[in-house]
Amino acid sequence: MTREDRIAALKREAEQRILILDGAMGTMIQRHKLNEAGYRGERFKDHQRDLKGNNDLLVLSQPDIIRDIHSAYFEAGADLIETNTFNAQSISQADYGLEDYSYEMNVAAAKLAREAADIWTEKTPDRPRFVAGAIGPTNRTASISPDVNNPGFRNVNFDELVEAYATQTRGLIDGGADVILIETVFDTLNAKAAGYAVEQVFDEMGVELPIMISGTITDFSGRNLSGQTPEAFWYSMKHLRPFSMGLNCSFGAEQLRPSVDEMAHVTDTYVSVYPNAGLPNEMGEYDETPEQMATLLKDWANDGLVNIVGGCCGTTPDHIRAIAQAMAKYKPRQVPEVDHALRLSGLEPFVHG
Amino acid sequence: MVGERTNVTGSARFRKLIEANDYAAALEVARQQVESGANMLDVNMDEGMLESEAAMATFLNLIAAEPDISRVPIMIDSSKWSVIEAGLKCVQGKSVVNSISLKEGEGPFLDHTRKVFRYGAAVVVMAFDEEGQADTADRKFEICKRAYTLLTEKVGFPPEDIIFDPNIFAVATGIEEHNDYGLAFIEATRRIKAELPYVHVSGGVSNLSFAFRGNERMREAMHSVFLFHAIQAGMDMGIVNAGQLALYDDIDAELRELVEDVILNRRDDATDRLLEAAERFKGGASQKKEADLSWREKPVEERLSYSLVHGITTFIEADTEEARAKSERPLHVIEGPLMNGMSVVGDLFGAGKMFLPQVVKSARVMKQAVAYLMPFMEKEKEEQGLAQGEPAGRVLLATVKGDVHDIGKNIVGVVLQCNNYEVTDLGVMVPSQKIIDTAREKKVDIIGLSGLITPSLDEMCHVAAEMEREGMDLPLLIGGATTSRLHTAVKISPNYARSQAIYVTDASRAVGVVSGLMSKEERPKRIAKVREEYKTVAESYARGQAEKSRVPLAQARANHLKLDWKGYTPPNPSFLGTRSFKTYDLGELARYIDWTPFFQAWELKGQYPRILEDDKYGEAARPLFDDAQAMLKQLIEEKWLTANAVVGLWPANSVGDDIELYADEARHSPFATVHTLRQQMARDSGGRANIALADYIAPKETGLADYIGGFAVTTGIGEEDVARRFERANDDYSKILIKALADRLAEAFAEIMHKKVRRELWGYAPDETLTNEQLIAEDYAGIRPAPGYPAQPDHTEKRTLFSLLDAEKEIGVKLTESCAMWPGAAVSGFYFAHPEARYFGVGKIGRDQVVDYAARKGWTVEETERWLGPILSYDPKHIADAAA
Repeated sequence: MTREDRIAALKREAEQRILILDGAMGTMIQRHKLNEAGYRGERFKDHQRDLKGNNDLLVLSQPDIIRDIHSAYFEAGADLIETNTFNAQSISQADYGLEDYSYEMNVAAAKLAREAADIWTEKTPDRPRFVAGAIGPTNRTASISPDVNNPGFRNVNFDELVEAYATQTRGLIDGGADVILIETVFDTLNAKAAGYAVEQVFDEMGVELPIMISGTITDFSGRNLSGQTPEAFWYSMKHLRPFSMGLNCSFGAEQLRPSVDEMAHVTDTYVSVYPNAGLPNEMGEYDETPEQMATLLKDWANDGLVNIVGGCCGTTPDHIRAIAQAMAKYKPRQVPEVDHALRLSGLEPFVHG
Repeated sequence: MVGERTNVTGSARFRKLIEANDYAAALEVARQQVESGANMLDVNMDEGMLESEAAMATFLNLIAAEPDISRVPIMIDSSKWSVIEAGLKCVQGKSVVNSISLKEGEGPFLDHTRKVFRYGAAVVVMAFDEEGQADTADRKFEICKRAYTLLTEKVGFPPEDIIFDPNIFAVATGIEEHNDYGLAFIEATRRIKAELPYVHVSGGVSNLSFAFRGNERMREAMHSVFLFHAIQAGMDMGIVNAGQLALYDDIDAELRELVEDVILNRRDDATDRLLEAAERFKGGASQKKEADLSWREKPVEERLSYSLVHGITTFIEADTEEARAKSERPLHVIEGPLMNGMSVVGDLFGAGKMFLPQVVKSARVMKQAVAYLMPFMEKEKEEQGLAQGEPAGRVLLATVKGDVHDIGKNIVGVVLQCNNYEVTDLGVMVPSQKIIDTAREKKVDIIGLSGLITPSLDEMCHVAAEMEREGMDLPLLIGGATTSRLHTAVKISPNYARSQAIYVTDASRAVGVVSGLMSKEERPKRIAKVREEYKTVAESYARGQAEKSRVPLAQARANHLKLDWKGYTPPNPSFLGTRSFKTYDLGELARYIDWTPFFQAWELKGQYPRILEDDKYGEAARPLFDDAQAMLKQLIEEKWLTANAVVGLWPANSVGDDIELYADEARHSPFATVHTLRQQMARDSGGRANIALADYIAPKETGLADYIGGFAVTTGIGEEDVARRFERANDDYSKILIKALADRLAEAFAEIMHKKVRRELWGYAPDETLTNEQLIAEDYAGIRPAPGYPAQPDHTEKRTLFSLLDAEKEIGVKLTESCAMWPGAAVSGFYFAHPEARYFGVGKIGRDQVVDYAARKGWTVEETERWLGPILSYDPKHIADAAA
């Protein structure tokens, strides 16, 4: 299938059923208990800085591990898997001295995911599998000062983000992604820069991929880190005319429900949700079982709130399997018609006319 | 409701806060707006003295840190796209851009609106196209429709995100064409809402009552009545000061009707009636003043002035007659008391104490007086056999290309017309060719150019040059906020020798200037006077001023500095050749910084450290110094810059005005020659010498083994990256700061290397222990003059120096084709060790030295004149002309 065929197929599938995203990548990598040498692999054995914990590098140093994780999620029933590129842009990679590898990492990551997806599409032709090129928030915030004494200061700006994200996007597209997923948005300005970069790269390459956007709620006030409500966040992002809008990570499904509800009512596009496996316990582990999580998400499907679901931190192929099974009998959310009005936002929405 | 107080163009208080960098107080203004119910915050930083992009970014970043402010959307308000874009990069919410228009055509419109869309903002589109701002209902609608089609069909802009601003203009100004402005807006609004689905209509309401500045009660009434009708027509947004709105129904019925007559243009005398009522409804005190006629007791000149200032026509004919009877010629009444009265009007208007309708009224009084005098003047003309029925003169007015500001120009037009001049007003953004063509076609007598923004100054120079090229000889009047006498004299005037460019302070002076130029007898006198005046201005402006006479080169050479070479033993350097110093310790350089020039770079004048306590500059200097210290600390810790130096010492002897350098002590043949220039100012006999740098090196014939040194240092490596990083962060302040600091470090580096040379490398002052202050005061022995500076103004000597030092390879500094060092934070020069060596200026040189120098350098005379242009005591063009 060409990319156009796959995009058409994705849109067709989304009309018919609730699509399943994969689960956590980090959780699965942790199981391999890689040490410094493991992260470095052969190629980076002489790199000057420590590389342990740089999960994005594994697409270059341990490609088999990543490909196997993708396959495990497809096997569990995921329609759409995310590339292992959450931090694969130059801003985050600069911490490891690997900023120049961003493009290569993204190409490699998208290729690994593409290989796995194509194998599974061949195995189950009635259920084509797709690759979402994942773009994380970076480790910096364009709206928030890292220095409490200097609130006007920023350690990253829009242009720097656009540059980093554009390189990442080129890599993802060149490697074969079907969709661009701007995810775990904690600062909406970072996401706007990502959207700006993605559209710029679309223009430059003469392609157009569906864009998925997923924010994260950072505390029980129901706002993201930069302070926006879900509705305000949607107004900030809707110019990208995304394929889907949603929330991920945050806390567990139970705590996320009010925000999902708000999102489902204001957005006139598909809604995606992929929460964590509950709240972390005292040991920092996520311990919601696959069954518990599937039960919570079933309620959302039953109430017609979601079009795409999956898992974030702490979720495993078992969680995804349980979720996929639970979703099978529900219809996807109907996208509401929203009337024409001037919809602006600060931290809060403002609707006029 | 849009909060409008965070706007430097609309709020003097906010502007002052921003100019004073008091962002904390500025944030409080924003907070109050939101607290008092603003749904949106309009932020505008368009002020000539501000770095608007940086101010916008700074303020929006600070707002982002204040959740009780940033909860509402931002309206990013600027007429400059770069400021809008800087703002868009700082807001996470969905904002409104205010505004974009078709002013510059479809290309920029599409480009900017596409970007606005990509940044995720809604947009205000002004009814403004290539022709100008729309003032009729038809034009307003047509422009909006065109913009709508472009936006929805070409850009894919959601129509609900489009807000049209069909321009609210001032009504009741006394100018007839303005009478329909209110109704035109309302009518346009109705059609926009009916035919362009989902869009919004907005406008800046306070413009409407511009004519009544100072009379708040009247303004509130006008705003309320206008909004009442505009909202019914479909206006659904507006920039108004909500505290400044009267309730429609609370407005006094009589006043409401008078206002409604004006806004809906219901009767021809609506403005007069409203003006007449304005006094009564001022600030609620509706007592009608008893006519105070005591001013009638004063001399006639003062009475005329009073009538003009107060717009009183009652006594104007009688007073004019009285003045005429006293004058030799009727024209003298105009040129005397009447123009004096208009000057007072101009002053008051300029000070904001008179308002536009009052000025227009004054102009009317003037016109009546002139009309009264006309028969007398015609009779005079008849007696002198001159034609009749002509206007007093024909004047062409235009706001130059690239500029759209025309309020002042329009006032000039009105005032001139009131004085019987035929005015051709070409409007705004007028290209020079159109000005020239129309001037010819209409046979005008005078051209007036107006402009408000700084680039207009260049355009005016261009127009003047074009007029010159096209052989025109009409006086050219220059006016507008950024224009000045100095600029007109120095920059515009030289472009237009055929006639004269004349700066006009303000509208009220226009008639006086124009009438003076129209009068056959006055014109040459006036032009000569202006030319004389501008010549003085330009001359005093020109650096170095008029030079005193030069002595011939031979005489200057005879008067060279005579050092006692017999009793002198040149010190022996510790090495010969070059030595380089790479990645020098920045911390050490920092300790040697001379801070006084650092403050000068920021236009803060005064000696460090006193400047920190200075009454005038201290407040600005202290935070700057703190910021500089903080950045210095960071740049040292994080090694932002790389400091490299190279020093060379070579055997040398002087031969005439040149210095020969030798590869070794054998001193056989020179391997390089350093050329120097000699002072040619006239000296009293027995007075000071005419020095050249060569005088400080032992002449070859003395047989002394002397030496010369050279150096180049840089601290600029890495500076460009840092500056670019700040630029990307829209942090112009830090960008300037890093450059200023790098420059200072380079100077400090030069100081340190010089000290090292004196104490160790050349070693002629091994025991020198000078404090930093003494170093700055140049208390040391020997000098280090740089090519391109006063002691050797020829920049090209840097090429010799750089090749001697192999500086590009050794320290990474290049010379540009103009012999500037790149990176810029670099210092180079020659070392002279002689204890008598002092810094001096060569000053202007004569053609004899130029010819001599050209021969020594192997240049043509023309090439030499080009490089030494600023120090020539003569104009090479004149000599060339004389030779031809």
